[in-house]
Amino acid sequence: MAGNLVQGAVFTVMVVRAGMLRDPGFEAELAEQVQRSPRFFLNAPVVLDLKEAAEFASEAEFAEAREILRRHTLTLIGIQNAAPVQADAAAAAGLAGFAPNATQLSRPRPAEAAPALQSHAAPSVAKSRLITQPVRSGTQIYARGADLVVTAPVSPGAEIMADGNIHVYAALRGRALAGAGGDAEARIFCSRLEAELVSIAGHYLVSDQIPPEHRGLPVQIALVDDRLTIERN
Amino acid sequence: MAKVIVLTSGKGGVGKTTSAAAIASGLALRGKRTVVIDFDVGLRNLDLIMGCERRVVFDFINVINGDAKLNQALIKDKRNDNLYVFPTSQTRDKEALKRDGVERVLEELKDNFDYIVCDSPAGIEHGAITALYFADSAIIVTNPEVSSVRDSDRIIGILASKSRRAEHNLEPVQVHLLLTRYSLERVKKGEMLSVEDVKEILSIPLLGVIPESETVLKASNTGTPVVFDEESPAGRAYLDAVARFVGEQREMRFLQPGRRSIFRSLFGRA
Repeated sequence: MAGNLVQGAVFTVMVVRAGMLRDPGFEAELAEQVQRSPRFFLNAPVVLDLKEAAEFASEAEFAEAREILRRHTLTLIGIQNAAPVQADAAAAAGLAGFAPNATQLSRPRPAEAAPALQSHAAPSVAKSRLITQPVRSGTQIYARGADLVVTAPVSPGAEIMADGNIHVYAALRGRALAGAGGDAEARIFCSRLEAELVSIAGHYLVSDQIPPEHRGLPVQIALVDDRLTIERN
Repeated sequence: MAKVIVLTSGKGGVGKTTSAAAIASGLALRGKRTVVIDFDVGLRNLDLIMGCERRVVFDFINVINGDAKLNQALIKDKRNDNLYVFPTSQTRDKEALKRDGVERVLEELKDNFDYIVCDSPAGIEHGAITALYFADSAIIVTNPEVSSVRDSDRIIGILASKSRRAEHNLEPVQVHLLLTRYSLERVKKGEMLSVEDVKEILSIPLLGVIPESETVLKASNTGTPVVFDEESPAGRAYLDAVARFVGEQREMRFLQPGRRSIFRSLFGRA
């Protein structure tokens, strides 16, 4: 009995935007990131995103891209969002073609000098970001690719955001946006709910919409069937 | 080493200038050489509140620009030899406050004074930021009222991120809460935020509570900082605040039911 020779499997793989390779600062930034977590990046597979990189179209360029990444212990295995001519060139260079990945975000990234190592991997090094001082009005905090833990009050007019969960071990009086990158399983936990707005993966409730019986109490907020639910903790 | 103190709030009209004048005077009364500087270029008030508006020749902007020397601009207070006023320009605007010029002037002042009190303008723009930039201590003047508290919170956040100490990763600016225009009667009626409400929202140490008092208006109009008025409860509260600032213990007086009975003045804590 042959069984299944080829089985479907799901992997999480890092994606690098092809345009970044042209940026002179990219290698230095990449080297720095790799150096911070060398084991995470060692022989890690990478897919090159060719969106908005139409000029990347020859076999030689893909070979060069593979070499650049190899210098930083990364293994280029394929491409995504390729135009037909790019797909052919990539194939000639021995790279696989991937369908656009499911968590691809189309919202604009803030202009940063940091390399676009969009880690869609469930990272083994997900560190929580810890804030121990009050988050004052007008302050914005974004825990990228991580959970956010705050052990001091969050003032009205302050905004705290995380791609992961948000925990506030004090009064939450400002805005809290968990699952900012689209993770619908993110949750918000707080010791005292007095928030102006709470949101998980884009679904939000403003203060007026929060049932009054939960105000001022320790709660857990989750997204269930596209609706925010609030439970007493 | 001279200490730079900024009186700031975010919100306008809460009592920064009144407090700057009172606190500077209070420090001088304790024998500290004190200069109080007006950072509100274009809308100067400190000279009025200090009662020296008729003696202003050169100002802060003149000195920053090198058009005058420091000793030509400083005005000695007639009531106390330790107290000097450094007025600002009324005709210019806040763009005239160049940070390196301000730094140079402050360095020169540090050689001659124990305390440099900076009266900040309202807002969170260039004028207010320049006033707080070089501070070692900040007194956050707040009214027991929601918008004032919100703005004070904002300015505390700005002190923690945009002051020189924050930018250079030094010991943070020491912030203190000064609650002004407090009315115990209104708090009891539930019309006004209490000290506890404000302390809870702002989470910074309380320096003092200044009761609402008609003597403050009188003080402004006569150009006499309210601490020089011995009848004024606000004046006494400011003196208590100054005492706490320099490390003494003082009870908060105006938070108890305000029956000004003779027994309290005989046996009450001074």
